[in-house]
Amino acid sequence: MFTINNDRSKFPELDDAGNALIDLTSHKYLKLWQGPQHPGVTGNMSLELTVTGDEIVESKTHVGYLHRGFEKLMERRTFIQCFPTCIRLCVAEPDPNEYLLSSCVEELAGIEVPETAQWLRMLALEMARLQVLLRQVPGQAGTFALGLGYQWGNYIRDLILDRFEELTGGRVYHMYILPGGVRGLLPNGFKNRLEENLKLVDEFLPNVWDLIYTNSVFKKRAKGLAVIPKEWIDQYGIYGPAARAAGIMRDVRKTHPYLFYSEIDFEPFTTDESDVFARSLVRWHDLKMTVDIIRQILAKMPEKGDIKAPTPNVMHWKIPKGETYVKCESSRGEYGMYLVTDGSDKPRRVNLKGPSYTHATSVLEKLLVNANIADTAAIMVSLATCPPEIER
Amino acid sequence: MSLKDVLTPFTAWKRIAKEPVTVIDPFNDRPGADRYRGFHQNDVEKCIGCGTCEAICENEAIDMVPFKDPISGDSGLRPSLDYGRCCWCALCVDVCTTNSLKLSNEYTWITTDPEDFRFTPGVDKKSWDENDKGWVKPEPNYEFYNTQRVEMEHLHPEERVDSFIEMVKGYSHEQALAEADRCVECGICIATCPAHMGIPEYIKAIRNEDLEEGLRILYETNPLPEICGRICTHKCETVCSIGYKGDPLSIRWLKRYIADQVPSERYQSILNTNDINNNGKRIAIIGSGPAGLSAAHYLALMGYQCTIFEQYEKAGGMMRYGIPEYRLPYDQIDKDIDYILSLGVEIKYNTRVGRDITLDQLSQDFDAVFSGTGLHLGRSTGIEGSDNEHVYYSTDLLRQITEGKDIEVAEHIVVIGGGNVAMDITRSLARMQKVKYGKVNIIATSLEKEENMPADREEVVESREEGAVLMPGWAPQRIEIQHGRPTGLHVVKCNSLFDDTGRFNPQCDMEVKNFFEGSMIVQSIGQGMDLSYVDEKWMEGLSFGPRGRVKTNEYFQTDLEWFFMGGDIIEGPDVIHGIANGHKAAIGIDRYLQNLKD
Repeated sequence: MFTINNDRSKFPELDDAGNALIDLTSHKYLKLWQGPQHPGVTGNMSLELTVTGDEIVESKTHVGYLHRGFEKLMERRTFIQCFPTCIRLCVAEPDPNEYLLSSCVEELAGIEVPETAQWLRMLALEMARLQVLLRQVPGQAGTFALGLGYQWGNYIRDLILDRFEELTGGRVYHMYILPGGVRGLLPNGFKNRLEENLKLVDEFLPNVWDLIYTNSVFKKRAKGLAVIPKEWIDQYGIYGPAARAAGIMRDVRKTHPYLFYSEIDFEPFTTDESDVFARSLVRWHDLKMTVDIIRQILAKMPEKGDIKAPTPNVMHWKIPKGETYVKCESSRGEYGMYLVTDGSDKPRRVNLKGPSYTHATSVLEKLLVNANIADTAAIMVSLATCPPEIER
Repeated sequence: MSLKDVLTPFTAWKRIAKEPVTVIDPFNDRPGADRYRGFHQNDVEKCIGCGTCEAICENEAIDMVPFKDPISGDSGLRPSLDYGRCCWCALCVDVCTTNSLKLSNEYTWITTDPEDFRFTPGVDKKSWDENDKGWVKPEPNYEFYNTQRVEMEHLHPEERVDSFIEMVKGYSHEQALAEADRCVECGICIATCPAHMGIPEYIKAIRNEDLEEGLRILYETNPLPEICGRICTHKCETVCSIGYKGDPLSIRWLKRYIADQVPSERYQSILNTNDINNNGKRIAIIGSGPAGLSAAHYLALMGYQCTIFEQYEKAGGMMRYGIPEYRLPYDQIDKDIDYILSLGVEIKYNTRVGRDITLDQLSQDFDAVFSGTGLHLGRSTGIEGSDNEHVYYSTDLLRQITEGKDIEVAEHIVVIGGGNVAMDITRSLARMQKVKYGKVNIIATSLEKEENMPADREEVVESREEGAVLMPGWAPQRIEIQHGRPTGLHVVKCNSLFDDTGRFNPQCDMEVKNFFEGSMIVQSIGQGMDLSYVDEKWMEGLSFGPRGRVKTNEYFQTDLEWFFMGGDIIEGPDVIHGIANGHKAAIGIDRYLQNLKD
């Protein structure tokens, strides 16, 4: 379907179907497996690389190392039991999973979520984005062996997890947004403590800018690396920062506002370079924007109010027959859930649509061709690959 | 690439003088947040072992394990955790019906034995048992089920005191569905119900809108659902687990809903009782009260030919002749009884055993005899003036009202007694006073103080609503008689009913006196049994236990192996015990006649 405009003289020949004919006995090529455990992704996924020298000539993505099948598991659980299950669909950023499941259930059951709960949901979603970006932004430099910023970011991330612990009772699996509402109001003094943490992020942003984005080594390696052509964005279904780095505005919060995002003032950053550097830059701006959004939420949200709408008895809550697709913006891009119900107390079908599926299979396979082995991790991180989201 | 790009990253060195942020001893220095979802705690005294935590756990990490012997309202089980499976989502805490389960904010636990991670919180002592922080169910307005019951609609007091029209209206379809939705299916009620009805199952049938299945479940253990759905003492509701946070489920009204909705013509096809094989054996049943009818129903299903001997004109016993029509309409009694008769059960009306036929005769003509003759004899207070002709027993008056007899209704009436029967006669007479005199003027007095009155709370409240005056805590002394007619009741203040050893020994303050005016006095202080129908030769073969009750085995078989007894004369008094006894006795009779041993 797509032709790579590279000189293929040193690459294996292609057959009529476009598959590479690799003759390993020629001693020209080497199979190199990267993964399933490796830096660059949260979870396990393997890349079967064919290299010549330190150059990648073919890449194949292999998943299947997580042995999970949560979508199937959820078909055997009641809706309330799905709630602790669905969060594991993306470990690094579990909150959008909770939000999507709850939102789907509420839409099909016709439940109106109280206003306070909706603001709290926004806060949890943005805090989740914040903690992800605090690792991802400096983590991009980490893939080029510059680990210092990663340590700075991780420290602040830990403090954000402290806030999550206060608010939700958990650090990683928050289990906060459940069908009908959320599981608690802000604890006393929470806003002040969160604001203290946000100030650290304010300091962190210029520091990491100086460390990374004005770093000659980082620039040299990241600029021009793994450029995603603009036309791929639609053809492959590329979302979030990867799309915005190619100059295409894709942010569900802006294009299809949900919760109270329409009351928040923000403008996602876009650029045209579409390389690893650009994608990282978009995330740096996202991090800055997230801090701003959180401050707006804290200022606008009501202090008190109902946190949960009354629901039927969750022990045998039957949702009317129907289907729905709900989406939100995760740190990786548009994240959606398709839920089909058949009138019973369990989902008939749950299907999660995350950006990692296309990013880490079709797109990554193409982008890795012609890249150096040493750049593999950088390219993966720039696409924000989350294998649990592929192998769901 | 500029020189700036080479130099700027070195600004990171400015942080070299900063304090390190690493926590040196993470195990001891950092407690979890106040809301942290750490290790489980369970208040085993508060916990009733309902198992809702086990049901909601998506990981099957909770097992209910024996903790103590089960008692009414407590399964005796307690949740045991397997930390190899738990994901600390705390749904078990949020759903806990008694709020006994919580999570502490403790999160470190080091042990060398993996088996340790399976434990029963509250039973196996842990260092975090006293930890008062951690996850508790969020408050307020955060519930996984509706804690408020769907209120049953009643006739307005002013409307109902004019007639004997049924005062409880019954649930509509929507109301029944909403109420049935509240059940968490813990089954605590099953053990407490004397008949061990499949309560969660029939409530589930309502939710599934499958009332035929509901009816089948009802008839497995209770052949009088219309009656029980109205006047059962609903012991199940007193232990209902969701009653700890709010109102218990309206189990009784839901049972009534099923029975009300299914037309009687369809009973036989739904219950599949069109074709019962007769085994040729005959059983005599004395009395057509709940025990007798229940025994007849289950024996008939087993193929026995049952004949009920009933001393009155109609069947139902105390259900018809003791309970007023406004609580239990006669057509509803007939609906249940007609179905039992359709199974081939025969009733000989106006036939009193001991008068029209002897027990001895029955023992010869039938393979076995079941007696459920109930408590029909009124008890007298024995005070001065109680032998006056205008002093009545409540049981007699209630029976005569049912029979349509013209009973005396005075303008001022005093009822002695604080039980449900006393409330029944008070409210019946109040209605008759309203019709005859246009106003209610009736006083009901009891030894017990209001909080200890044996009558159901709703009976007390509704009596007042209908205009009766309740005077609890007074002991009757003497009925004042003038010109051959009572003028009122002299009472003294009653301070306590039982002594330290728990014996009935009323203590009264003779100085605090009162006089309740009334030209008609009704005594309703309990009923006694009448065993005069048991011939002397058989009486000798029976043995007696406490309170003069005949001793029976678990199948209600007396020492005379062909003679079974049940109902109020053995257990109770209430309808549901009678039904349970009748069912068990039917099984006992079948075992006896088939010569089955354990």
